[in-house]
Amino acid sequence: MSLDLDEIDRAILNNYQGGFPICERPYLAVAEKLGISESELIERLQSMLEKKQLSRFGPMYHAERLGGGLSLCAMHIPEAEYERVNEQVNAFPEVAHNYARDHTFNMWFVLATETPERISTVLKEIEQTTGFKVYNMPKKKEFFIGLKFEV
Amino acid sequence: MTETDDIILDELDRKIIVATQSGLPLVSEPYAVIASQVNSSTDEVMRRTERMLAAGIIRRIGAVPNHYTLGFKGNGMTVWDIPDEKVTECGEKIGALDFVSHAYERPRHQPQWNYNLFAMVHGKDREEVEQKVQLIADMLGEDNRGHEILYSSRILKKTGLRLASTK
Repeated sequence: MSLDLDEIDRAILNNYQGGFPICERPYLAVAEKLGISESELIERLQSMLEKKQLSRFGPMYHAERLGGGLSLCAMHIPEAEYERVNEQVNAFPEVAHNYARDHTFNMWFVLATETPERISTVLKEIEQTTGFKVYNMPKKKEFFIGLKFEV
Repeated sequence: MTETDDIILDELDRKIIVATQSGLPLVSEPYAVIASQVNSSTDEVMRRTERMLAAGIIRRIGAVPNHYTLGFKGNGMTVWDIPDEKVTECGEKIGALDFVSHAYERPRHQPQWNYNLFAMVHGKDREEVEQKVQLIADMLGEDNRGHEILYSSRILKKTGLRLASTK
């Protein structure tokens, strides 16, 4: 892999996918361990964010524990209707992200609602608006989320 | 992480969440910046953050790598039909693999949808994803009654999850 990452960027990525300290000057604390200055660490993080090598930096929240509803939903939409349905589905603010996938179930989106009860309401609204069935596939059990992957 | 240590989030916690869900400020004293945004003290914000981390409201604090730009161009959502009584055992085995980023049990919708275990598999291209999926299939043996890889062909919408700001 030819990536625009030097040894220090790799050390940041591999060692701080979690465990970033909570203290008044956390960047200073980590920079000292990496043998660089606080401002250099901040600049490197900014640069990796700008280059989209990081999708974000900071606390990652556990969505379900914030009290809202969350579910993965799938639809199978005929090709001729796809663009119309896509526009209708995306217009719901509760649709957080939506992916086209190569399968008869060809539309997959995540619903995020203010309360868990709202999931079934929004789901029915999507079915009524689009005229197609929505398959609700909420998480029943989580085995792992995160990354152990090294660059 | 257990499900028994749930805590009640109050107004200040929610303000801290809203202030940090897109990221920790990239400044020398990030918790002081958050404190000024939520009208609290740095110590209180750090204490709340520690509490939410301990309770699993915050999964972790740090860098969230972007698989795609870091060279993992082949990402497949793999779905598996596992006997219900084996799904936890198989899910834990799959979740422990270093090329899997998420693994969940989800409901079937028979007869249209028979799969009950989902795992995101990452590789540098589709060929590598397929090799890894074969490794999983070999590992599961007869517990695997069928599987498929669903590649994403297009991102139709991506806004991320956002908690609405409190009034």
